[in-house]
Amino acid sequence: MTYEIKDAESGMTYIGRDDESIFRAMHKSGRSIFKGGCEGGGCGICKVKILEGEYVAFKKMSRRHVTEEEESQGIVLACCVKPSSDISLEKA
Amino acid sequence: MAITKTIRPGLIQMRVTNLEESVAFYRDVLGLDVVGKTSDGRVMFKTFDEFDHHSVVLRAAPESGFDYVAFKVTDAETLEELKAATEAFGYPVDIASDEQPGYGKRYGFTLCTGHRIELYAEVDMAENIPMLLNPDPWIDPPRGMKAQRFDHLLLYGPNIGEAVRYFTEVLGMFYPEYCNTPDGKPFAYWLTGGNKAHDIAFVEYEKPNTIHHHAFYLEDWNAIGHAADLIGKHRVKRDVGPTRHAITRGQTIYFFEPSGNRIETYAGGYAAYPDNPKRQWTVDEIGRGLFYYEGELIPSFLEVVT
Repeated sequence: MTYEIKDAESGMTYIGRDDESIFRAMHKSGRSIFKGGCEGGGCGICKVKILEGEYVAFKKMSRRHVTEEEESQGIVLACCVKPSSDISLEKA
Repeated sequence: MAITKTIRPGLIQMRVTNLEESVAFYRDVLGLDVVGKTSDGRVMFKTFDEFDHHSVVLRAAPESGFDYVAFKVTDAETLEELKAATEAFGYPVDIASDEQPGYGKRYGFTLCTGHRIELYAEVDMAENIPMLLNPDPWIDPPRGMKAQRFDHLLLYGPNIGEAVRYFTEVLGMFYPEYCNTPDGKPFAYWLTGGNKAHDIAFVEYEKPNTIHHHAFYLEDWNAIGHAADLIGKHRVKRDVGPTRHAITRGQTIYFFEPSGNRIETYAGGYAAYPDNPKRQWTVDEIGRGLFYYEGELIPSFLEVVT
């Protein structure tokens, strides 16, 4: 399945896949809002707030960058979550 | 070859958030051998070409990053001398209490950059070591990227001028290459205790106890190409390269293991001698120093750390 990933701030959209992280979807397009990142949940560069939409966290995020409380509020690392609906997000 | 009291960085322990995936990566992609597990579940590795019991340890933790690096020093007497000298320098020293099978006494302290550094003199030989009599280059063909040794690491933290002073004045290491800011403040230093171009490097950074990468030595540029093929095949998150550093002249690729710690595979590099003049980089040319083919800095290289 594919979904639309939207950065609320810039309005840019990306094609998200349910078997691929949101970070990867954005990065593959060559016009990601992130310059780079470890893509392993370690560096914290791709921290986002999910404003709308459903997602699945498939990888552990470093607690140095995302607390449990933040994660429960939809603040996640984009490299550790996959979309399961259209998504609207912003940099956190 | 060691030409100072410090033989090599012989042991590094890293924190990983995804232990199983990271273990598989070090074993199957980097090509390290799993030596075993500690009683608390940390996983020990060595390369096919190393003699010591193990050189890399992964510890499952809620955050990725650096636990410590341990330098092997020439002998037990030197270890005691260096302990006293470290205390005289102003760092309180403790005896490491966590288990590292095969290792003798390890002294540890916290450097001004926030990193734990350890020193040891004794470690058992591994069960599986390279051949000693009429030796083949390897016993079994190496796997994956065919990493030959844990080579060096780059740490980010505050006040690296003091760190460099510790490593040179206390441990007797030297820096073949360095970069200062225009107003003369230390920005990046590459230090070694032997003929390798670097054993450890520091970059000035506000946040303490941060690691940029740890590196494994590969045989040559062909091995770097093979490593790049494996990065493609295994969908590894590549950071930079294959390219060459002007600094140390090594050939390189940077990428991230599954818990987000950056790893370098490094080949070549010049032979360092303590009596040679030091090479200096200016901050405006540091991009070319790091990435000689690209000739410019790569944003993720500066900002992405664990």
